[in-house]
Amino acid sequence: MSLRSPLGRVLGTGSAKEGSGHWWAQRLSAVALIPLTLWFFFSLLLLPELDYLTVHTWLSVPLSSFFAVLLVAVLTYHSYLGTQVVVEDYVHANGAKLFLLLLLRFAYVLCGGASIFAILRVAFGS
Amino acid sequence: MPPHPRPLSPHLGIYRWQIGNTLSIVHRFTGIGLALGLIALCYWLVSLASGEESFRAAERTFASPVGLALLIGWTFAFLYHLLNGVRHLFWDLGLGFERRQRHLSGWFAVLGAVALTICVWAMLWQGRT
Repeated sequence: MSLRSPLGRVLGTGSAKEGSGHWWAQRLSAVALIPLTLWFFFSLLLLPELDYLTVHTWLSVPLSSFFAVLLVAVLTYHSYLGTQVVVEDYVHANGAKLFLLLLLRFAYVLCGGASIFAILRVAFGS
Repeated sequence: MPPHPRPLSPHLGIYRWQIGNTLSIVHRFTGIGLALGLIALCYWLVSLASGEESFRAAERTFASPVGLALLIGWTFAFLYHLLNGVRHLFWDLGLGFERRQRHLSGWFAVLGAVALTICVWAMLWQGRT
């Protein structure tokens, strides 16, 4: 028998006993993405040209590559959290759900990893 | 699946269509679209790192009719998801729940995203010519 009150037991936990962490992570990454995406969007928009030399020169400036890496990392994380919820909401067959969730994880790590590696190559010139 | 599937909430069969649920659905759709956009962003960055030749090839891909349509779609999706996302963050703070506020902020997100998308592409178009 538990000595905790019924209210104490349910506070902050849904039927799955978890989830507030996911909710918080989604909101925090969303807040972080407001300045990061706006910075990226306006930086590209304000470049005189979008040709190879201009973009490459811009991205190889340390401040640009640093923020670009942060952007891709947070973007990938936020996008993963979002699509994870979409799969959980609409895919009810256990096998398909597990398969899709794992596939998403692999795809995001691959895509995010390749993007960050590309930025680093531009930054360090190799 | 349980032997007797219980009704899901909201019960879509009897749900009255309105701006609130429409924008919520659009938020989800733009989110999925932007997730696919990450692949394009990755392709663009990798092409940039791989040298001028491959960057030119990526440029040609993005400048094709399908490429342009996708880019314009992603611009709108990004701006809408951003504006409507801020709307959601205000709700999370417990603000803006009044009927009038919800409708106003909703229209602001939609029309703002459309207007900004047009502005951005007008700017890009001007830069080209």
